[in-house]
Amino acid sequence: MEIRIDFTVNGQRQTVRSDPDRPLLDLLREDLKLTGAKYGCGERECGACSVLLEGKRVFSCRTPASKAVGKTVVTIEGLASGQALHPMQEAFLEEGAFQCGYCTAGMIITAVGLLRENPKPTDAQIVEGMNGNLCRCCSYPKIHEAVRRCAGQGRVTP
Amino acid sequence: MCRPRAGDAMSKITSKPRGADRTDGHRLANTCNPDASASPTRRDFLRALGAGLLIAVTAPQAFAQARPRGGRGRGGGGRGGGGGATTVAARVHIGADGIITVMTGKVECGQGARAELTQAAAEELRVPVEQVRLIMADTQLVPDDGGTFGSQSTPRTVPAIRTGCAAARGLLLAFAGGRWKVDPKTLQVRDGKIIGSAGGQLLSYADLASDKDAAKSLQAAIPADVTISPVGSWKVMGTSVSRPNGKDIVTGAHHYPSDISRPGMLYGRILRPRAYGAKLLSIDLAPAKAMKEVFAVQDGEFVAVAAPSAFLAGRALEAIAKTAKWSPAPPQVSSEQLYDHLRKHARGGIPKNPFADEIASAAKSLQQTYHVAYVQHCPLEPRAAVAQWSDGKLTVWTGTQVPFGVRSQLARELNVGNETVRVIVPDFGGGFGGKHSGECAVEAARLSRAAGKPVSLRWTRQEEFTWAYFRPAGVIEAQASLDKAGALTSWNFTNINSGGNSVQSPYRIPKNQSRFVGSDAPLRQGSYRALAVTANTFARECFMDEMANLAGRDPLEFRLAHLDAGRLRVVLEEAAAKFDWANRIKTKQPNVGIGLSCGTDKGSFVAACAQVRVDPDLKSFKVIRVCQAFECGKIVNPENLRRQVTGAVLMGLGPALREEMKFADGKILNPSFGDYEVPRLEDVPELDIHLMDRPDIASAGAGEIPIVAVAPAIANALFAAIGVRVRQMPIRLS
Repeated sequence: MEIRIDFTVNGQRQTVRSDPDRPLLDLLREDLKLTGAKYGCGERECGACSVLLEGKRVFSCRTPASKAVGKTVVTIEGLASGQALHPMQEAFLEEGAFQCGYCTAGMIITAVGLLRENPKPTDAQIVEGMNGNLCRCCSYPKIHEAVRRCAGQGRVTP
Repeated sequence: MCRPRAGDAMSKITSKPRGADRTDGHRLANTCNPDASASPTRRDFLRALGAGLLIAVTAPQAFAQARPRGGRGRGGGGRGGGGGATTVAARVHIGADGIITVMTGKVECGQGARAELTQAAAEELRVPVEQVRLIMADTQLVPDDGGTFGSQSTPRTVPAIRTGCAAARGLLLAFAGGRWKVDPKTLQVRDGKIIGSAGGQLLSYADLASDKDAAKSLQAAIPADVTISPVGSWKVMGTSVSRPNGKDIVTGAHHYPSDISRPGMLYGRILRPRAYGAKLLSIDLAPAKAMKEVFAVQDGEFVAVAAPSAFLAGRALEAIAKTAKWSPAPPQVSSEQLYDHLRKHARGGIPKNPFADEIASAAKSLQQTYHVAYVQHCPLEPRAAVAQWSDGKLTVWTGTQVPFGVRSQLARELNVGNETVRVIVPDFGGGFGGKHSGECAVEAARLSRAAGKPVSLRWTRQEEFTWAYFRPAGVIEAQASLDKAGALTSWNFTNINSGGNSVQSPYRIPKNQSRFVGSDAPLRQGSYRALAVTANTFARECFMDEMANLAGRDPLEFRLAHLDAGRLRVVLEEAAAKFDWANRIKTKQPNVGIGLSCGTDKGSFVAACAQVRVDPDLKSFKVIRVCQAFECGKIVNPENLRRQVTGAVLMGLGPALREEMKFADGKILNPSFGDYEVPRLEDVPELDIHLMDRPDIASAGAGEIPIVAVAPAIANALFAAIGVRVRQMPIRLS
């Protein structure tokens, strides 16, 4: 069974037809060719699939497509304005907060979602907020520093 | 591509013995104008790179030395590649637009090779890094530099690229010298240009590439030797060049293997046995075939489905899996029985201690056994491949550390010629020694051929945990004796199953027998970041701590007393000094302890000090601080090295504290990140990393050895805290 899904992705209206139970991650990657969000585990344990749904981070690998109907989704591809990177992207780039980079999109999206809710997180709050995202290369200190740097600059606006 | 002419410089170099001076391992063999040849490869180059000059360099025989480590038993499967006959391969292309393309068979999976190899090229070409484009691991375009493993990119591929690029620079100098009628030795390349002494004289790589006379004359100009830049003159190497495609990483624009999309592509899924060794007796594909747009195939044990979406493929697989009948799995060893099993099946038995007399007459002696569990790499990107057949030719995009090995594997298993297979390895999501094999690529290719469409196959996390290979578990037996003065007199050390690297003790011991013996491995095992070095260093450094305690001596002082002057001693002293070992050892706090360890392999040296705090219930503990010193010769890229060393310490916390594959009856019992807990941000202790630069020593690889010291330092700290010895990885109190 397919349903019609009208939603806004990175500021653009999109309409797709899909099984309602299909993961939002697949919808984004396969139908809209937005491959920035990644599959890492399919069990809400690694955060590589993170996207913002109505401004909040969700694990898109376990979010049914039906949940996106009429909603607003932001993926890593939607953060930069033209050539101008989002401050969180700048921070990750300047800190060199990645090695293989496979977790990076999810990390950045999660951090943006975190700062939306709490623009000035403490170190403990950063750890708590980012702890659901795995980096197997273990770039954690740099990731922490990138979020801290961006929060300190106080110019996070998704 | 150019072919070598008989009797030219290259044929002499190919017979160079193994182990020849590394920096001389690659010599300029030939240069050629691609227009001079009409092979299909030439067209490939022109299509991919545009007009310009190709410079071919001998692909070194030395790669034969770098076999995949631990790829034995049921292991890695992938061949190392690069071990065959020496060939001439295009290494550098100078475009008419001035862009210089450098080609390498190495891959980028987070270890930093793309930045390091780019800066190596820029250094020798005397151009900004932005002017260099690095093509990695496309078997149709690049030379076979061997697999990306064994910390070999720095000691072998960096010199190969530097040599090729130094040759290109020499050509530009010769070109300018000829044009201006001056001795090239009086000229210098700066920022990609040569400025002559007369007014208005300026030549660049673009001029060289687009000058027809130059191209013609260069065909004859074959310098036999090139000199690479000494460390003291480095401008780009030795600096923290960022990952060249870093922007694509933070914007999500980079396409990992699992992101590759082809027109008409289907998404595949493979039927897996319910347990290792279970045989498929029958299956009904009809439920899948009844689904709209779903393709299903059975070829013996190979059963797969493909559909326009991964979701639909998953549904189709579920539908046919329900109809499958399997033979019972044969009886299999469980993780509970693992260590007894490994001991019992030690090949040739466990060697006897030849120093029994020494033990009998020693002032003191000790015997202990250490266990190291099976763990998995679990790179965040699971195995993934996209396969496409076109006119009988196969192209596969996949994440592998061994591109040419996977090409051979594909050719073999698909029964086609090597030349019909092209493997392209986009920068991928983590390897850690876990992607030496091409099983996912083979599956994608089989499914694609059957379906007649391109197929994307991405293993699920559960598949990755179950059907990839594991770091070998091990049992390590150690026995040693002390004289009255507290010095080691004998040492007998046997590693069963987990590998021989670094099994030899770096300490000075009069009578020493250390060896590795294989066993009957119950799981498919293969390479892993510093696999055997980790196991051997864990057991040795824990046992050294026990011997120090037996001798009544400080762990640091005991080690130093048995360590000759040298690089290992220097890093140990550095770590201890930065950690303030001498003072911290005197400070007693309840349930808090410190420990240290050191190790070496492959030209890298590491020492770590750790501090742990045990919970009052004495059932769990936390690592609160790690100080690590690391030295691998001249540092090529300081920031990248820091990322590697820091990442290795933190990754090493996983197998040190928690990671352990559980299995029984042919099934993995914890195949998820929920049940198999890898390090997270909250696990990061206070870190103090010290990189020691040695400009006087050739650079060694650093991707592996920084992982080996953290686990034994923690075990030793735990003993110092509460007097309990935990002789296994993971180190657990309950």
